[in-house]
Amino acid sequence: MYSNKIISRKRLAKSTYEFWIENDMVSTHAKPGQFVVLRVSEKGERIPLTIAETKDTSFRIVVKAIGKSTYDLCTRSVGDVLADVVGPLGKPSEIKQYGNVLIIGGGVGIAAILPIAKALKSAGNDVTVIIGARTIDELILKDEFSFADKLVMVTDDGSSGYKGTVIDAMKEQVKIQKYDIAWAVGPAIMMKLASNVANEINLPIWVSLNSIMIDGTGMCGGCRTLVKTQEGEEIKYVCVDGPEFDGRYVDWDSFMKRLEQYREQEKLALENFIKQVGDLSWL
Amino acid sequence: MAVKDRIPLPEQSPELRRKNFDEVAIGYTLELAQEEAKRCLQCKVPTCISGCPVGIDIPRFIKELVNENLEKSFRILKSYNYLPSICGRVCPQENQCEGSCLLNKLGKPVNIGALERFVADWAAANNVEENKEETERNNKISASLVNNKSNKIAIIGTGPSGLTAASELGKIGFTVHMYEALHEPGGVLVYGIPEFRLPKDVVKREISGLAKLNVEIHKNAPIGYAITVEEILENYDAIFIGVGAGTPKFMGVPGSEFNGVYSANEFLTRINLMRAYKFPEYDTPIRIGNRVVVIGGGNTAMDAARSALRLGAQVTIVYRRTEAEMPARRAEIHHAKEEGIEFQFLTNPVRYIGDERGNLIGVECIRMELGEPDESGRRRPIPVKDSNFVIQADTLVEAIGTEANRFLLSQFPDLKTNKYGYIVTNEYGQTSIPKVFAGGDIVTGSATVILAMGAGKKAAEGIVKYLENA
Repeated sequence: MYSNKIISRKRLAKSTYEFWIENDMVSTHAKPGQFVVLRVSEKGERIPLTIAETKDTSFRIVVKAIGKSTYDLCTRSVGDVLADVVGPLGKPSEIKQYGNVLIIGGGVGIAAILPIAKALKSAGNDVTVIIGARTIDELILKDEFSFADKLVMVTDDGSSGYKGTVIDAMKEQVKIQKYDIAWAVGPAIMMKLASNVANEINLPIWVSLNSIMIDGTGMCGGCRTLVKTQEGEEIKYVCVDGPEFDGRYVDWDSFMKRLEQYREQEKLALENFIKQVGDLSWL
Repeated sequence: MAVKDRIPLPEQSPELRRKNFDEVAIGYTLELAQEEAKRCLQCKVPTCISGCPVGIDIPRFIKELVNENLEKSFRILKSYNYLPSICGRVCPQENQCEGSCLLNKLGKPVNIGALERFVADWAAANNVEENKEETERNNKISASLVNNKSNKIAIIGTGPSGLTAASELGKIGFTVHMYEALHEPGGVLVYGIPEFRLPKDVVKREISGLAKLNVEIHKNAPIGYAITVEEILENYDAIFIGVGAGTPKFMGVPGSEFNGVYSANEFLTRINLMRAYKFPEYDTPIRIGNRVVVIGGGNTAMDAARSALRLGAQVTIVYRRTEAEMPARRAEIHHAKEEGIEFQFLTNPVRYIGDERGNLIGVECIRMELGEPDESGRRRPIPVKDSNFVIQADTLVEAIGTEANRFLLSQFPDLKTNKYGYIVTNEYGQTSIPKVFAGGDIVTGSATVILAMGAGKKAAEGIVKYLENA
């Protein structure tokens, strides 16, 4: 059963959609922290997306339309078949009993931390979850974290819960409670800042890097990133050595610059796509 | 004895081909092919066959071509080699069959590769199929000798070694399931070798023949992840691993993280597998700019350089030794030069230079000189003090080789590997786990398509022997 058929689609927020896709190779093998690489169409590029949940023969992803491929995906309907889905890929999160765990999700990163937080709770940890977005409407999946021992919801405009950024909330939270380990998944800048906070208090912090990838199997080196070691810096492949790394040692500067690598081409591809399909601001 | 001149394979002119991705070689006409075929001396004791890793009866297929019995010629060819249109194009014949041709003593060898290609392409154009009896007659493993054909065999990787093993085992009547991690089968034939040397339609055509042999190909199925190693070991009677040596090495030059610095694997995969040369019709982009520098002296370096040229860049190949030591095929170097690629021999990069946005703008190089021979027998390149200079570059491709890909092997801890991470096998490809066989680059390290095919063939023999005794 790996039809790659979309069996459910739901709008979670503006240009943010949840899909359940039929593929039992993924659904029966995926562990928290792993991702799939998919191609929407035969001429499409291969894009990595974190697996948010699995059930029977299908798996769940949450996608925000940003470039051509994600826009293309978000306009697909139930019954449509994706050209290719491959996974689960990458190393799973290291789930065990640590004690007190702090888990931070920003934007669509909230979907990525959901299975990690659940698994850590099941492993007997005391789990604090901080989720954040710009406004309450963009604060996705907020009803699915009721299992957490503590849930802090953060919005930039204060439309729900704490007013500020997840980083502000994190700084406050680590003053209140001592944590043994943390996870932070979201935009690169958020993960960088969270890692800086963690570094100051010697808190190990897993971040999930969203590099540009092609194969996802260690074959191209396109996702490579620099990770600091005692001897200097080492090249790591996000697809097979990650996607999770201790954010305190990631070379964020070069990582973020590499995300910009195809900015011009990405712009051109999206413009062409919108010309072809018409206005997508409703998405 | 006077020998007629070897008939060169017609090709696109350098001026024309440097602007397109169409195949460089145009191929023989029947007349040209026959004329070239007549140069074969039909030696009583042929030396060419032993030069072929899959042992094709070369004089026989050539003789049938001379007699205008093309169907028979094709069936002989196909009975030894399941991928003749591919091998006719990418085998290093000069070191193999043609290298051991007797005509070398009198002039130039028979153009065996071009003849193989001609016969195989002719058969495809005329819908000629292989003949099973011919295949069986020429095969070391005779199907009639195999008692239990109900065995199920898994092949991991759909590159040259896996395809060959699959065809050999499929012909006998076994159930063969191939597993490919990417979305197209073919391995290096689709992601690595460019369209202008090996059209993807040719690869597709030769692979599609496997369907007739009971071979099922499952794409998007990375073993160790989508299907566990335990599941594979449990569900199959024998397993062949042919996953290649696909992890790119980087030289460790400071600035390797700059945008525009690629491994040859990524650069070629974007262009070949993902068709980035057709962006934006295809979605996958590639950075080219005006100036491209390629580091390395092998066939992969030539492929990367010639691809960059076709995308409109001015291209320089930087190699630390001299032309004589370059491991690339002479024909590829010749083609690259004809197309206008610049070579900087005895040169090595020491630093990549980027702008404030992390984009590559140049490569600082140093001149080298050759010292004493090293363990490879080639003279060791030594940097010349104070000879540094900068080449402007928007894109840089490191084509310095690959190493064992740990993607599958990390999930397969019981499998014995050597100190370089390649799988240890006996002469029939059998590994430390009796039902698991391996062949191709994941055993030998980076080599050629035909050597991998030879290994796939040998492992198929080993698998049959193992299943007979199991």
